[in-house]
This record gives sequence, structure tokens and C-alpha cells, in this order.
Amino acid sequence: MKRYMCVICGFIYDEEKGLPEEGIAPGTKWEDLPPNWSCPDCGARKEDFEMVEVEA
Amino acid sequence: MATVVIVGTGLGGYTVAREFRKLDRETPLLMVTADSGEFYSKPMLSNALASGKTPETLANAEAKQMADRLQADIRTQVTLQAIDPIAHSMAVSGERLTYGKLVLAVGADPVRLDLAGDAAHAMLSVNDLRDYARFREAVSARRRVAIMGAGLIGCEFANDLCGAGYSVDVIDPATWPLPRLLPPQAGESMQRALAGAGVHWHLGRAVDRVDKCNRGYRLQLSDGSNLETDVVLSAIGLRPRTDLARQAGLSTNRGVFVSRSLQSSAADVYALGDCAEVEGLVLPYVMPIMQAGRALAATLAGEETAVTYPAMPVVVKTPAWPTVVAPPPAGTDGQWEVRSESTAVRALFRDASGSLKGFALGGQAIAEKNALTRELPPLLG
Repeated sequence: MKRYMCVICGFIYDEEKGLPEEGIAPGTKWEDLPPNWSCPDCGARKEDFEMVEVEA
Repeated sequence: MATVVIVGTGLGGYTVAREFRKLDRETPLLMVTADSGEFYSKPMLSNALASGKTPETLANAEAKQMADRLQADIRTQVTLQAIDPIAHSMAVSGERLTYGKLVLAVGADPVRLDLAGDAAHAMLSVNDLRDYARFREAVSARRRVAIMGAGLIGCEFANDLCGAGYSVDVIDPATWPLPRLLPPQAGESMQRALAGAGVHWHLGRAVDRVDKCNRGYRLQLSDGSNLETDVVLSAIGLRPRTDLARQAGLSTNRGVFVSRSLQSSAADVYALGDCAEVEGLVLPYVMPIMQAGRALAATLAGEETAVTYPAMPVVVKTPAWPTVVAPPPAGTDGQWEVRSESTAVRALFRDASGSLKGFALGGQAIAEKNALTRELPPLLG
């Protein structure tokens, strides 16, 4: 399971945890996040996300 | 097709450029910046020490790479000297350039107090990557940092510096941290947590003098007390950069005055980000800039689009006491209901009819952010 960091605001998306409060189940892979998903903290969109993979 | 010119390569400038290029790959795009045009994220400056970042590694891309990616001409280290909205031209470091549409994304200046003392000029402030590089240089091989201002930047920098082993003093006339964003009880929890992380607080006092002292500085506070430090960081707020707009005859208030479609009072001149004021709102945060960048890109591409601001809670990046706050709009009447425990603070602002108008969550309560945000009305629907 990987963790991704938003380079705009530092929010971390952890595949293992998902985002249950946003209806994204734990274990949801980064590629499987909906295309219009955006960073909950700053609104940067997934498509122009420069998410940087960080070690789990 | 007349050129689209964007002045400023901060988050505002690069966001509108990126969004515009998604809609229009033909129109020539020129970006002009006073610094060297790296693409970096300003929020990340506040926890760069904890994340092991240096000024160099904070830059995600150089201007050259951005120019290729955006198919734009990016002129770095140049100064915008004047704008002529009638002739649709501008003076940039002595050169006259014309524009079809002009976007001002010039940001804001840190507010500077003119204090007494022979070292008042030596205070540092940080509102871009260049400032941050100077700051990191000043604190390297030193031990003590005094921060003027217990607002968002002051608290985030204090937490980051403590985490890296610095001795940190924070001075603010208010009697709790983040006075403009948090109600007192939520502020006091932040104060306790940051004290636990090592911050020495000097609240309810202002700095009166800054004088040189040994290899550092001595600050004299309004209660007559003194404190010695190695570096002084002033973080007492931002003032939108409006001079050039005003000199060009554009209407300005706190920021460059723009309509919902981010249009200034002059045709074909727009503004967004820290320098802009949209219906009385100056919002120097990332989410409003993303919203404005997308709307303005569509307008520049020919489809006039009004910016909308949903409820946009601000995340305060203080690991000692993570906090997220949606301040009630100025002038909203109602009051705070606060539930405060050792590990969580939950402050809700309800109006007379009981509907939620704002919140401040600290510690473990931040998990309720999304649910509470859905209850909030949009800022500009």
C-alpha cells in the first residue's frame, strides 16, 4: 500500500486508510480514485496533482 | 490572437496558466516575475524543517521546465514598472510590452512595523521562497528565534522551529494565538500544545524596540520586559500589492478590486490570489486560489465564468495541535459553542436560528472536518 503527498499543501493520501469520511474505502488505490477527486485540504485536482509517493 | 500576460509566478500565476493551457493551447502566453520563477508551494514553507526540505528542494520545477510544460515565455528577475490599460501595454524593466489580456497575480507584501531600535531593519519576514532561503540562512548555526505575530504563519513556523530544536519566543498583543481565526478556548488549547512543544509565549504584549545585542538582538516588549534572540521573524500579516494597479487608475480597496469574474475596473485586466479583493474578500489561501484560477482560465479562454467559493476551511499545519478552521464570515451574528477536552477542541459557531456558520476544530476533533464543512453555506455561492 502506498502513500501520496500533495505537493501543493502537503496533504497525505494513504491507500491503506482511504478517506472513509469522503466515501473512499480503505485500500482504494491512487489510480482508482475518481478523476474529479481533489485534495480535501487545498482543492488541487488529481489530474494536475503532482502527488509525490512517500514511503509508507 | 493577442497575448495573455500573467504577472507573478506564485500559486496564483501558475494555477491560472495551467488551467488556461488545458482550455487553449494556441494563444501566446507570457509570464513575468520579479523572482526566478520556480514552481513551489508556499504552504510547504511552514513545515519544511519537519519534512526535511531545503529552499532548493522546495522548488518542484524551475522556470525553464514550467515554460516548456505550459508552452509559455517566462521572463524572470524582471520588474513590472507600469501598466497602461488604455494602450494595453506595460513597462517591464524598461521594455514596453503589449497584452491582449493581463492577469495580476502579484501577491502581497508582509506588513512591516517601523519599530524603534538600531536593528529594527534587521527583522526578517517570509512570504516567498526567496525570503525563506534568507530565513533559513539566518537561522542556520544559530539557536534562538523570536517571532512577532501568533497568527497562522507565526504558529506554524514556531512549531516547525521547535521541532528542529530551536528555542522559540512568540510575541503578540492578543491574549491567545490565532486571535482572528480561533475563539479563545480553541486558541488556549493551541497555546498549551505549542508550549508543550517548547514555545515560550509572550502574549498580551507588543514589541517596542529591536536593538543589536552581542551577535543577536534584544527585544524590548511593551511591558518593559526584554528578551534576547538570534533571529527576529516578523509574521504580523500581509498587505496585498496594489500600488501598480492604483497608479494605472484601477480601483483598489484592501486588494485590487475585481468582480466575480475576477475582472478589474479596467477592461482586459484581471487579478487573483493574495493581491485581489473579490466582493470584499481577500483570501490568501490555496483553495480560493485554485477556485479563482479555474474560473479565470475559462474567462481568458473566452467563456466568462464567475468564481464560486464553497466553504473553504483553512488547515493550520501545527503538528503539536493540528487545527482546521472555517471562520464565520465577518459580521455574522451568533455565538460559539465550545467543547474542550485535553485531546480535542470542538468549537461551532451558530447563528440565532441555530444554523452552522463556522467552526474551529483542534486535536482529534479535526476528523469531523468534512461532515461539518458539508453543513456550512458557500462563501460565494
